[in-house]
Amino acid sequence: MKRWFKSGDPWIWLIGGAVSISIIMVVGLLLLIAVRGLGHFWQSPIVETTFHDEGQEIVVLGTIRSTETVTAQAVREAGFDVPEDQELVTRYLFHLGNRDLTGRDFQWFIGDFLEEFRYPEDAIMLERREWGNFFGYLAAVKEGDQIVAEGEAAFSELRERLARARDLVDATVDMERYDIGRINFAIEQERLEQRRIELNDRLGSEEKAERIAQSEAEVARLNAEYQELFEELTELRASGRRDSLVARTSDGREVTINLGDVVRATRANTMSVPQKMREYGSRFWAFMTGYPREANTEGGIFPAIFGTVMMVFIMSIVVTPFGVLAAIYLREYAKQGPVTRIVRISVNNLAGVPSIVFGVFGLGFFVYFLGGNIDQLFYPERLPAPTFGSPGLIWASLTLALLTLPVVIVSTEEGLTRIPKAMREGSLALGATKAETLWKVIVPVSTPAMMTGLILAVARAAGEVAPLMLVGVVKLAPNLPVDGQFPYIHLERRIMHLGFHIYDVGFQSPNAEAARPLVYATALILVLLILVLNLTAIAVRNRLREKYKSESD
Amino acid sequence: MSSNATSAGRPISARELLPNDEARVKLRRIRHFKDLTTRFLVSTAGYGVVISLALIFVFLFIEVVPLMRSASLGDPVSYPVPGSDAETVYIASERYQEAAVRFARDGTVSFFDPTDGRRLGQRVIGFDGAEVVSFGSGEPRTGLVAYGLSDGRAAIAKHVYDITYPDDVRLVTPRLSLPLDEELVAIDDQGQPLNVIAIQEGGTGIGIAAATADGRLLLTRYASRRSFLTGETEFVRSSYELPPPPAAPTRILLDITMRILLVGDAQGFLHYYDISQPGQARMLDSRRVLEGELASVSAMEYLLGTVSIIVGGSDGSVSQYFLVRDEDNINRITRIREFDRHPAAITSIFPEYTRKGFAVGDAAGNLGLHYGTSASTLLIKPVSDQAVTNVSIAPRNNGMMWTDGTGQIHYASLWNRHPESSFKALWRKVWYEGRSSRDYVWQSSSATDEFEPKFSLVPLSVGTLKAAFYAMLFAMPLAIFGAIYTAYFMSPKMRGLVKPTIEVMEALPTVILGFLAGLWMAPFVESHLPAVFSILILLPLFMLATAWIWGSLPRAVRYLVPPGWEAAILIPVVLFAGWLCVTLSPLIEIWFFDGSMRQWFTDVGITYDQRNALVVGIAMGFAVIPTIFSIAEDAVFNVPKHLTQGSLALGATPWQTVIGVVLLTASPGIFSAVMIGFGRAVGETMIVLMATGNSPVVNFNIFEGMRTLSANIAVEMPEAAVGGTHYRLLFLAALVLFGFTFILNTIAEVVRQRLRTKYSSL
Repeated sequence: MKRWFKSGDPWIWLIGGAVSISIIMVVGLLLLIAVRGLGHFWQSPIVETTFHDEGQEIVVLGTIRSTETVTAQAVREAGFDVPEDQELVTRYLFHLGNRDLTGRDFQWFIGDFLEEFRYPEDAIMLERREWGNFFGYLAAVKEGDQIVAEGEAAFSELRERLARARDLVDATVDMERYDIGRINFAIEQERLEQRRIELNDRLGSEEKAERIAQSEAEVARLNAEYQELFEELTELRASGRRDSLVARTSDGREVTINLGDVVRATRANTMSVPQKMREYGSRFWAFMTGYPREANTEGGIFPAIFGTVMMVFIMSIVVTPFGVLAAIYLREYAKQGPVTRIVRISVNNLAGVPSIVFGVFGLGFFVYFLGGNIDQLFYPERLPAPTFGSPGLIWASLTLALLTLPVVIVSTEEGLTRIPKAMREGSLALGATKAETLWKVIVPVSTPAMMTGLILAVARAAGEVAPLMLVGVVKLAPNLPVDGQFPYIHLERRIMHLGFHIYDVGFQSPNAEAARPLVYATALILVLLILVLNLTAIAVRNRLREKYKSESD
Repeated sequence: MSSNATSAGRPISARELLPNDEARVKLRRIRHFKDLTTRFLVSTAGYGVVISLALIFVFLFIEVVPLMRSASLGDPVSYPVPGSDAETVYIASERYQEAAVRFARDGTVSFFDPTDGRRLGQRVIGFDGAEVVSFGSGEPRTGLVAYGLSDGRAAIAKHVYDITYPDDVRLVTPRLSLPLDEELVAIDDQGQPLNVIAIQEGGTGIGIAAATADGRLLLTRYASRRSFLTGETEFVRSSYELPPPPAAPTRILLDITMRILLVGDAQGFLHYYDISQPGQARMLDSRRVLEGELASVSAMEYLLGTVSIIVGGSDGSVSQYFLVRDEDNINRITRIREFDRHPAAITSIFPEYTRKGFAVGDAAGNLGLHYGTSASTLLIKPVSDQAVTNVSIAPRNNGMMWTDGTGQIHYASLWNRHPESSFKALWRKVWYEGRSSRDYVWQSSSATDEFEPKFSLVPLSVGTLKAAFYAMLFAMPLAIFGAIYTAYFMSPKMRGLVKPTIEVMEALPTVILGFLAGLWMAPFVESHLPAVFSILILLPLFMLATAWIWGSLPRAVRYLVPPGWEAAILIPVVLFAGWLCVTLSPLIEIWFFDGSMRQWFTDVGITYDQRNALVVGIAMGFAVIPTIFSIAEDAVFNVPKHLTQGSLALGATPWQTVIGVVLLTASPGIFSAVMIGFGRAVGETMIVLMATGNSPVVNFNIFEGMRTLSANIAVEMPEAAVGGTHYRLLFLAALVLFGFTFILNTIAEVVRQRLRTKYSSL
């Protein structure tokens, strides 16, 4: 034994263990996110069981969210009567839904007091626009006050009518978002126009009055148009709310739910695997393309994806030319001396400066200083409401551009150093100027390095949240930064962001338990986005290395 | 050109294929121009980027600089006192400094423009033939003043400023209002002169305390009550006689809660009365508030919020007192701090309207500005060769007025934006109002106006170091050991798999790590505490056991797995050990901790927060492992092969080679890896923000949370008022983070570059 220890073998195994632990942690973390995130969209069976507690019997209906084993002591302390000789207890977290009726979505039940699980075929789960899910048994479908289907036939009738109601509701939402949004925007523009006229010192008072009257007329026309649209909308809305369903809850209450409030309805216990897969696809699609509901805890994350992509896109437009040119300057034009070395080290070190510092700088310099001055100069009519003087897309992009600048510079420089000297000298020897050598030889050859830098920058930017909390992201943005109103891209608007969405829903949400699967799903999307970007960068870089290795030989 | 060649039949010289001279010159010019343009473009961009990156530092620094600036007073403007020639008893100005007021001893109240002395109005309070014997004022923000008269009555008035915006231009109209609806109110039923008078307005109404010439101490309260029917405020009067102090009072102070009455006497003693039940008011504490034996109290005033008392002595001393509850639960008048001494007796003290600062005038003609919390003396400036008799600060702390023996009022603009920050206030223990001892506290804002901001950077710095320390504790062994193994022992094939995995680990957004730490790991750790500790012990044991078993297996089995794959064999072992610990966790709790380790901690007296340093350490450790791993692995891998081969050839075992040769050579590289990892841990925001309770505590308890500099910035920056002290302090925090990580990284980089030269010379 002593000799074995002296040989050093056990220590080698021990330090090898460090690698195993690291690998397990990474893979485990990715698996955890993947399983929890993807599992969210899978329809789990609806369980019915009876809970016995001190003589009371409660029928429990819902899906099981999680199971855990706890010590009996902890359960006893919580006031449950568990037999003395029992040491461990299994408990189940049920998603009961019906928040509007019972006030609580989720409840822990101790396994010992539950009867055998039953899977009733007529149990339905409704995903609603408000108040979360509903669990119950379908009784009838009504049109107005008229019952159109009952019993076994009710569910297929429900599905048909639900599709109709959903289309109508979608139409109303579209109308609210686009048509009425356009009118509101136009009215706001007119208001600003009036203010601009008032502030314009060069206009005479008569001219001012005339122009304002013109604008007023326009506002009146818009208001009329709005009135018309509003009536149309009311009609549409009423039509969408024509049908309703009657359902019985687990405690025997009968409830009527308007189909306009229902997003989807499933009879989970009768679904076959292909059906479930179809349902899965549909839910995933809705998640990716839908707008958030219920304080972000339900619905989709489309605005967050859009905001993230938009921000990263603008950042790339800014960071690429500057980063590449700076790297070229440092490597090709600057005199290689101590000053350049210091600059190079400093740029390198900036990559290690905490991102929140960039956020502070962005807030102080971009938002308050630059933005404030832009408002003074170009948007006096909107003051004191800030336009560019408050956090927004453009400032978030610029801050991140600054943050990722070192990444691009370092990567590009690395690419430039790897170019064999012979290439550069060959070009110069043939009489090309320095600029020609640069544009025709060096830049094309080092493009992959620049791409790597850019991809790494994008990956870093997409995952960064701390600075964005100061310079531009918001919990819920009413409008996307791109829409049909002039000037189409609204750089001053605040955006939603995947990373911030995770922080916000996970930690600031009123109904954390309900929101949790959604956070996992969002995290999964973000991780996938970043993994794909990074793996691409790694692949590009490796290919590049191989290529130069062979060329420099 | 081709026709040229065939028709002439002579050899074509290269020259003829080229453009003619003129075109060539032109082309050369164009190329030269392009060359220059590119050079210009690239250089501009290069300089631009370098400058803009430097701008970050410069900007942060510029935002922080005003914190270091002390107060400064502009050039004074002087003008004769408006109104009567009688002695000035009180001066104050309005928020926008467009109007100011002067109260004279004869009851003349004059309003004027403080910047040029222009008169805005005048009113005379009638005293009904009585003489004025004393004067008192409430907190400056109330505008309340009281004249004590020789017939036992008092005149109560308030200076009020109505602000209107006719034609979008601000118009300030000063006026005098009577809060009690009558000019004169009776205080002493026996009609004795009110030698000393004090007035205060609080949430419950107005209180007036007075000492009569025959030595009685009186308290009159006007409790305000809003009438339900008319919506008007009406007052209910009640009056009490308090037990008299041992010596004749010279100054009385009444607080806004109407619970505390302080009486100062000629010998420099301060007496504290509890008047929460005025009927049974008692004197609870007395103490001398001056150090000097012969000195007497020459001025005394409450600071904003009427908690702290500033005492000015005839010896020029300025000190702060407030009531502190002792072990017997009795409030004691306690000396808190002292300010720089003035050269002569303090004549007048005026508190700031919105902060805990105050202005002081002395008998030698000096003005002083001091600040309570930060214990700083911002300014002592001679302004007159006569005694300063009255002093006043503008509500927004941007101007000062004072009077002296010359019969003039002097006004000067004032810059005093950041008195709250001083080295002492940021880094030393400070005795805050209402606390029982000195402490490090960070609490930047609160709902009330009287709140004393507490800007100690110590809790945040300690929190930052604590988080980084536990993260490094977790990350360093894993990353460094892993790096050595990967670089030196691992088979190239497995290395090709491990390195990208670690790179992926580096790319994971910290918001995801933070979210998992806060929402998944924190509850998991809390309910599986024994698992965490048993993993710590069991895992190495299991690994050693596996190594032993593997070593004693027959060769045929061992050769199935080539050397350098030990880590892969260990993966199932580690998984099994982890599973075992988690499964055994409830049983361990039952066997050793009465069923709940969490409860056991509480019983033993260890504070346990669900989101604590342990969780942060693991999550942030996870985030810094890849950073340390990559750099350390690089350093170990690049150790010249002839060194290790030489060592092995001389008969050293691989492990001895690692310890004696590889580690020794690569240690600077590993050091720089740790530095960079530490820098990352210090600045990490999202993980700390999500995985701790963000409570600014000063301890290193692994089961408690913390608040770090970076998380603090993220939490408070959006709410900080632009340009305020809080805002600038957050910039200071950012600057500190910037400087700290920059220096760390530079050290690491320099060490690494040296190592590289060393390797190439070996």
